[in-house]
Amino acid sequence: MTSPAREYTSVTRVAGPLMAVSGVGDAAYGEVVEVRLPDGERRMGQVLESRLDLAIVQVFGGTRDLDTEVTSVRFTGEPLRMAVSPEILGRVFDGTGVPADGGGAVIPEEVRDISGASINPTARDYPQDCIETGISAIDGMNTLVRGQKLPIFSGAGLPHSRLAAQIARQARVLGDSEEFAIVFGAMGITSEESRFFMGEFEETGALEHAVIFANLADDPAIERIVTPQCALAAAEYLAFSRGMHVLVILQDITAYCEALREVSAAREEVPARRGYPGYMYTDLASIFERAGRIKGKKGSITQLPIISMPDDDITHPVPDLTGYITEGQIVLSRDLHRKSVYPPIDVLPSLSRLMAGGIGKGKTRDDHGPVSDQLYAAYARGRRLESLVAVIGEEGFTPIDRLYLDFAARFEREFIGQNEKEGRTIAESLDLAWQLLSSFPDEELKRIDPTLIAAHVRRGAR
Amino acid sequence: MSGRIVRITGPVIEADGMRGGRMYEVVRAGNAALIGEIIGLSEETATIQVYEDTTGIAPGEPVERTGASLSVELGPGLLGTVYDGIQRPLEVIRDEFGDFIIRGASLPALDRERRHEFTPQAEIGGAAAPGTLIGTVPEGRFTHAVLVPPGTDGTFLRVSPPGNYTVEEEVACVRTAGGEDLIVSMLQRWPVRTARPIREKMAPSEPLITGQRVIDSFFPMTKGGAAAVPGPFGAGKTVVQHQLAKWSDADIIVYVGCGERGNELADVLRQFPALDDPRTGEPLMGRTVLIGNTSNMPVAAREASVYTGITIAEYYRDMGYDVALMADSTSRWAEALREISGRLEEMPGEHGYPAYLASRLAEFYERAGRVRVLGPTEKTGSVSVIGAVSPPGGDFSEPVTQNTLRIVKVFWALDADLAHERHFPAINWLQSYSLYLDAVRGWWEEHGGPEWDRARKDMMSVLQKESELEEIVNLVGSDVLPEEDKLALLVAGIIRESFLIQYAFDPVDTYCPPQKQYLMMRLIHDYADAGRAAVGRGASSAQVGALPVTGRLSRLGSVPTTEFPTFFGELERRMEEEFGTLGGGRP
Ligand SMILES: Nc1ncnc2c1ncn2[C@@H]1O[C@H](COP(=O)(O)OP(=O)(O)OP(=O)(O)O)[C@@H](O)[C@H]1O
Ligand SMILES: Nc1ncnc2c1ncn2[C@@H]1O[C@H](COP(=O)(O)OP(=O)(O)O)[C@@H](O)[C@H]1O
Ligand SMILES: [Mg+2]
Ligand SMILES: [Mg+2]
Repeated sequence: MTSPAREYTSVTRVAGPLMAVSGVGDAAYGEVVEVRLPDGERRMGQVLESRLDLAIVQVFGGTRDLDTEVTSVRFTGEPLRMAVSPEILGRVFDGTGVPADGGGAVIPEEVRDISGASINPTARDYPQDCIETGISAIDGMNTLVRGQKLPIFSGAGLPHSRLAAQIARQARVLGDSEEFAIVFGAMGITSEESRFFMGEFEETGALEHAVIFANLADDPAIERIVTPQCALAAAEYLAFSRGMHVLVILQDITAYCEALREVSAAREEVPARRGYPGYMYTDLASIFERAGRIKGKKGSITQLPIISMPDDDITHPVPDLTGYITEGQIVLSRDLHRKSVYPPIDVLPSLSRLMAGGIGKGKTRDDHGPVSDQLYAAYARGRRLESLVAVIGEEGFTPIDRLYLDFAARFEREFIGQNEKEGRTIAESLDLAWQLLSSFPDEELKRIDPTLIAAHVRRGAR
Repeated sequence: MSGRIVRITGPVIEADGMRGGRMYEVVRAGNAALIGEIIGLSEETATIQVYEDTTGIAPGEPVERTGASLSVELGPGLLGTVYDGIQRPLEVIRDEFGDFIIRGASLPALDRERRHEFTPQAEIGGAAAPGTLIGTVPEGRFTHAVLVPPGTDGTFLRVSPPGNYTVEEEVACVRTAGGEDLIVSMLQRWPVRTARPIREKMAPSEPLITGQRVIDSFFPMTKGGAAAVPGPFGAGKTVVQHQLAKWSDADIIVYVGCGERGNELADVLRQFPALDDPRTGEPLMGRTVLIGNTSNMPVAAREASVYTGITIAEYYRDMGYDVALMADSTSRWAEALREISGRLEEMPGEHGYPAYLASRLAEFYERAGRVRVLGPTEKTGSVSVIGAVSPPGGDFSEPVTQNTLRIVKVFWALDADLAHERHFPAINWLQSYSLYLDAVRGWWEEHGGPEWDRARKDMMSVLQKESELEEIVNLVGSDVLPEEDKLALLVAGIIRESFLIQYAFDPVDTYCPPQKQYLMMRLIHDYADAGRAAVGRGASSAQVGALPVTGRLSRLGSVPTTEFPTFFGELERRMEEEFGTLGGGRP
């Protein structure tokens, strides 16, 4: 974008979050505009469509009070950019990257285009450094690795924020003391949730390593459209220019998608499922694929997006498209939450696709993979039987069946369930797993090599 | 040859002054000369899909026509290379431009400097019909055949002597019947949306052996066949595709990562150079062409990527090779079609997909096949296509899955419930099918053994029985079942745990050669037979289950391949002994 700034007062139409400015011959696609309202207020916008005589602009601050007479629009000739420097650590910005903590503008070391560029796939370094979160359901069965994008699928009222905060608090990489940072992108969350995170960061001293972008529930919805991009531009700077390991928490992706839907509806686009635009997969991918590692660079970006599933429906387009892009998912369950299990992680639909590369001999333990597989198989069987108890009664079960029933109950309570302040080492989680599995006769442990069973069951638990 | 941009909406732009432009003609759009393709024409105005990010492009900027259709470069040097959806060499781009992809980076797909050792095979004065061998070039362990390209016909006026040539240098000159002299080099271009011509399609007759038991033994694929693997996220589509790319017995693999994850390509790039082809001992990368247009790369190039891939596959097929193409995921390609169609404001069909979705899918899969290739000597080659499908919400009734199933002959249905209990590959044995069973039975009876069909059918019917019994068990428990039904449940459990489950990450079991598959089937089938006989003699299923051999049947896959025949012999002997003790001794 090379054109200089131009100013127009020819707003001809305002509809929803969009306005049309006529007589603009050369608005660049994606160009930033500054809108000046009759009362002098300024808002930011971006060109969504450009024609020879007309530009369609989405206005981040919303279109309230815009008029077609006095409102003036300055086309800046620039894409959306953000100033970054090491000073951003400890700062709070609004959803569009403007300082919101009264601390003044950032003196730029770099100015970054917030939309970033795609990492060349051949430049990617396959993530395989295991992160210990101290949470058994994650470390034992859905191991997180550095550079992974692993969302939390949750529902209204479930403790996803507490879980994310616990992960942020406890996460560490074995034998490593490199610099880390947290980037928190809030989209449409309540001020209470936001306060929770701020309090949490303050209490643990994480605030000075954190960069916060906050678009809260009562902030303009359209602003959210750029919040993840701002957060990730900051993360990319910290990771790839400053060599830090960055954990990015994005909450709530569903609110972000609703803003996308609003813009799409205003443009009268043909929707895909449930009114969401057909390009939502591509759009979400442009956020999530910014996680990762790059060969020859020290830093990394690990993403922990939080997705609230409307009506707890995992097939809803937002969690569905997310699951197709991210490297697994941690799924929270209302049932477990009701049973007072914290964290209420339903391991069966949960998955870490990068687990296989991050665990095993030389990384965690040689029994890690097989134990995890066995826990899955045994718990799946226990849960299936549980659903039959009401129909056929306990008497209909064989003695082996009963072992599975007992196992499932203990597994939920003792393995999944843990204290919010409790961090278990990976070895502790695996030993706990062996303890639970040792209630089965060896022949039932079909997913584990007999030599491993001999080594662990006999040595440890029995 | 130049027009002017009048409208930009995301990856789609409109330009006027484009009279004379052709559908699918490549253009360079804007001051940044972004690569695009004409996808709609109306008098002066062309609609163009742009293969790069259009941010910053403004109306009034120029559009240059190139006169050419979107084409790929074909020639020695494709193998082992990683391209994006429009065949830009990603490794070279990285060396040149850095870790992030910048726009307007345009580099030739094939190295122009590199010299290839050419050995002529054609005679001056000889006939030069399409497909005639001009000479050969070693490409890794392959012999790369330099053929007269389709459309060039005449006699050889010149054939270059043995030597090292770049891909652009002349290797032959063909004088056509019309007296025109056509220079032929090793570099050919072919428009990606046009299938390369063949003499004739033939029925597939040989299995594509993948080393995955549930596929090879239960739902086999053929060389030249078309298969689809639909499944919800996390069910194992990509792992299946990776396993096939690693272990299937095609000569050449074209892997298209279409709108999926960057780390999955990084995974291939990390593993393939280090893994050896079980048949040749050579690194797998040497037989692989990777097309990677990940989800965050431009959506129009994603649409093109499957065509780029299949054209490269056809090119090697034309030399007589068996090529297998994996496309992960065809749904992302369909969504790219939908996205572009939406921007064109076309009338949407089901789920917003354009009305031509079905015909595009059919055209693509039709490019699979076992064929007699062009040329004077009788040669066959094949392109097998395996497409992953990612149905929204895992619901197979959606348009992409349904339209794909109308075309392909093999359906591997991935099942979320199986994946959740870590039964991998999570291919549902009741839902999946292969229409190639008759085509491959002969091969298996020859290369596996005579009992193949019987053992296979027996195992399938036990699994079928299990699902019927499950309904009863879920109501009243298993205690009330007659002994033979309890035995069926026992055997079904063994089939699932020991045969169907096959972990991709197990160093031994990741690849199970056909002979081992056959012996495993035999063991389970013989066990089932002996069990039924014992129950017939009055033994209980619990007694059968308590036999030491029952335990020996678990983890069969991890027994090393070389030790398996001995293991098999020993276990068969044990079975005979142990079953002999049940139900009042031998009959
Ligand atoms: N001249 C204009 N002035 C103001 N707004 C406009 C103008 N043209 C288009 N728009 C806005 O842009 C949106 C998209 O325009 P669109 O491309 O659908 O217009 P069109 O092709 O002229 O009309 P149709 O809806 O019949 O296809 C419209 O919904 C409208 O809000
Ligand atoms: N054959 C297999 N063996 C072991 N694990 C598998 C197998 N297939 C799938 N998985 C597991 O399931 C995960 C998801 O598989 P993937 O192929 O990425 O799913 P999809 O492409 O359908 O979303 C993998 O990361 C792996 O952990
Ligand atoms: Mg996949
Ligand atoms: Mg219109």
